[in-house]
Amino acid sequence: MSFQEHEKQHIEKNVKRKLTDTELQILAAEWSEHCSYKSSKKHLRMLPTTGPNVIVEKGYDSGVLDVGDGFVVTVHIESHNHPSAVEPFGGAATGVGGVIRDILSAGTRPIALFDGLRFGNIENDAHARWLFKNAVSGIADYGNCLGIPTIGGEVEFDECYKNYALVDVAAVGFGKKSKLIKNHANVDDLVLLIGGSTGRDGVGGSQFASDALEGEDRSAVQIPDPFIEKLIIEAILECRDANCINAMKDLGGGGLSCAISETAESLGIGIELDVKNVHLRESDLSPDEIMISESQERMLIISDPNNLSKIKEICDKFRIQCSVIGTVKEDKMMHVKNGDETIALLPADFVARGPLVDREKSKPEYLSKLPSSPSSKSEMSFSDILLKLLSSPNIASKHWVFRQYDHEVGIRTVIKPGFNGSVLRLDNGKFLSVKIDGNPKHCYIDPRQGAIGCFEEACRNVVCTGATPIGMVDHLQFGNPEDPEIFWTFMESIEGITDFAKFLDVPCVGGKVSFYNETSEGPIKPTPLIGVLGLIEKSPLLPIPPSNDDVILLVGETKDELGGSEYYEYIHNFIGGVAPKVDFSESKKNMKSVLSLISKNLLKSVHDCSKGGLAIAISELCIFGKIGCKIDLSSSLSYEKMLFSESHSRYILIVNKNNLDAIKSILSDDQCSFSEIGIFSGDQIIFESGSNQILELRVDKAENNYLNSLGKIIQNG
Amino acid sequence: MKVGVIVFPGSNCDRDMHHVLTDVFNLNAEFFWHEKNLPQDIDAVVLPGGFSYGDRLRAGVIAAHSPIISDVKKLAEKGIPILGVCNGFQILVESGLLPGVLLKNESLNFMCEWTNLIVNNNQTPFTNKLELNQKIPIPIANGEGRYFVDDESLNELKKNNQIVFSYENKVNGSVSQIAGVCNSDGNVVGMMPHPERAAEKAINQIDHKPSSLIFESLIETVGMKN
Repeated sequence: MSFQEHEKQHIEKNVKRKLTDTELQILAAEWSEHCSYKSSKKHLRMLPTTGPNVIVEKGYDSGVLDVGDGFVVTVHIESHNHPSAVEPFGGAATGVGGVIRDILSAGTRPIALFDGLRFGNIENDAHARWLFKNAVSGIADYGNCLGIPTIGGEVEFDECYKNYALVDVAAVGFGKKSKLIKNHANVDDLVLLIGGSTGRDGVGGSQFASDALEGEDRSAVQIPDPFIEKLIIEAILECRDANCINAMKDLGGGGLSCAISETAESLGIGIELDVKNVHLRESDLSPDEIMISESQERMLIISDPNNLSKIKEICDKFRIQCSVIGTVKEDKMMHVKNGDETIALLPADFVARGPLVDREKSKPEYLSKLPSSPSSKSEMSFSDILLKLLSSPNIASKHWVFRQYDHEVGIRTVIKPGFNGSVLRLDNGKFLSVKIDGNPKHCYIDPRQGAIGCFEEACRNVVCTGATPIGMVDHLQFGNPEDPEIFWTFMESIEGITDFAKFLDVPCVGGKVSFYNETSEGPIKPTPLIGVLGLIEKSPLLPIPPSNDDVILLVGETKDELGGSEYYEYIHNFIGGVAPKVDFSESKKNMKSVLSLISKNLLKSVHDCSKGGLAIAISELCIFGKIGCKIDLSSSLSYEKMLFSESHSRYILIVNKNNLDAIKSILSDDQCSFSEIGIFSGDQIIFESGSNQILELRVDKAENNYLNSLGKIIQNG
Repeated sequence: MKVGVIVFPGSNCDRDMHHVLTDVFNLNAEFFWHEKNLPQDIDAVVLPGGFSYGDRLRAGVIAAHSPIISDVKKLAEKGIPILGVCNGFQILVESGLLPGVLLKNESLNFMCEWTNLIVNNNQTPFTNKLELNQKIPIPIANGEGRYFVDDESLNELKKNNQIVFSYENKVNGSVSQIAGVCNSDGNVVGMMPHPERAAEKAINQIDHKPSSLIFESLIETVGMKN
């Protein structure tokens, strides 16, 4: 625990006395990068956060979107990177638990989970495989037990995550607008701690996460208990229905210190609490440890004293513990007592609002040194290249992962994981489409365009299901922000995301920043992750497999953008070139036109074109339909670029011949760039240009590589 | 007709089952917390899926000692139709109402996927509207779903026509690919796959009718009695 010079000055200026040990511990937890966002807070304000669907309330940890008919959807995203890199099962599981409680805090029931996972190269690194397998098990164990379906996500492998792991979890909640918790408190209200007992696990977790990962500080990793979490969810929702909750907050990073100070600050109240009243797992916990323990499955509730007996009755039903730990005061102070002795007494806003810092930024030197193209050509034929790409762990089917997640429970999952966005039915007859996307390979080469690209890709995916994007969440993951070069990449990303969000009019309804993602091997590549929620008013476009004679249209322009592509990195082992850049007006035009084609029932299905380029997107469709295709690649670009460039804003439309003219005329009217590139038929994936055959691959061979590669790598131990 | 849906701490398919019984099949379904009593005039009981007691010790074993199980046993003796799905099946097995045990899947992983069931016995209250050997597309979602009995008991099951459903393909290593069984009277049925996840068109784009027939069989059975 240490404070920086400006923090010491801030303390001296505001508190005219020597701080107690407890106060120092509380401030160290709350002012860590993890809790205070001291490097990023100023800059996050640039993101647009309001819109016609957005509901804003005091003290919410999740974003709330109005989906009509008196219903709301809530969403939040979190990561648990440091803990998962040390203990992947527990780290990933507690990551799920934390984000679920943020959804619960608003008074909504969690209905779906999504996760974005990143590890080192699992093909040659046994440790990366171990991290991957156990993180997946941890998520499965926790989410399945709760009965919250994990319905989508993404997995990516890159050398930059060697000895490390990124575990990002997004959760979606659903409920009635009238039952949202309107956080408020009156003087003499009770402060309750409900759920799991407080122990020594996770002590100092937020500080652990606010530094580079150097040692394995196991005591900083929290221990998961999904059964308790499940009981808490049901108990809290019963308390909500009985109108017993005035205000509520999850205990996450920084434990009680953070929850108490932030609740008091956001509601403009004081809270006096006695650590002796906190129910403990270990009897010899010190008051300081109680204040900063990050033990899981705990919720803080503020309630009217008249409701205490009802809350106790509900907690008794579920056999979970409920302690009255304090009361609400008028004085806006955070007052911590140990019996009769005061051990901390500080203004709540002083604790909750840690001093922010201005970080320097400078364009990283590596960017000007990246080569523009590989020095030699691959000796492999395009057919062999495609076959190899299909087995790349970044492209191959993630069936091995999502079959371990219960993605059906809750019986809302209309479009299952594994194809574009996933879709949930809502109680008002509408549908919610959700997708999360990241692309560190693009972001490394161009942090601004890469971040915008992740955002556009997630939008594209929900558009493919027929949904209009209504909100986004972002999770910005970088190395040490004190390094000006890393901070520059952060600023580029957030500025890019802001520009695109404003242009599309899609508000940011939640997010998180995670710095210090580095090991002794160095920082990770910039890894912003964007989650997009889309709303479907009538019915979603289901993924129907293509069949014989279906025509293939490609909407959007394929550009000379192989930089950061899976083709360059997996086939050529080459990092460099020009990364894809989103053309804002092309992006908007294409989204709008595809949505209008879907609403007119003119399309059989739509597939997003992204990682691996056109060759992979077409192959995925052929594998899905167990049918071949014949594609004409004639273009002014080279075959290599046409096949594998990962240019954005592209959609593959699968259409019935009879609708072709109608579709073409709408696309032309909307001034979209498009071309009819071929048809589905036979049992070979064929790309040609005039009489020149470029690529030929049997669908069953492609299918074998695509479906089985990931499982085979895992079986190797 | 009144159907009781039992809720144990950790049940998580209770609300799904209730939704299907009430909103899809217009039955009068009511939740019963595991410490409450079941009314003796109830027409049918469903033990839904989930992770009762977090699957601690062994899936279903703690819930099998819940107070409500003694009521379930009394109703079973009276011939009332009782259905256990997934964790509900595990609880029925652990409470001795159904034969056999459910072990960890052969893959040692949790498995969530769609599979085809084959109807082996269409004489139970939950299968009487299905054809013998009819295929049911349906999802499974479990970690401990591998049905096991010894050879002697297996012969007994076959002799008494107690195998209700089997998987069309090898899924998890179950003996004789068994997916569901009944007691010797045929009124208590347990199955690992989830009919409540397959009985609506919106979430089952393959064919929701076969799973619907599981619920319609119950309506037929109880309707005839009343």
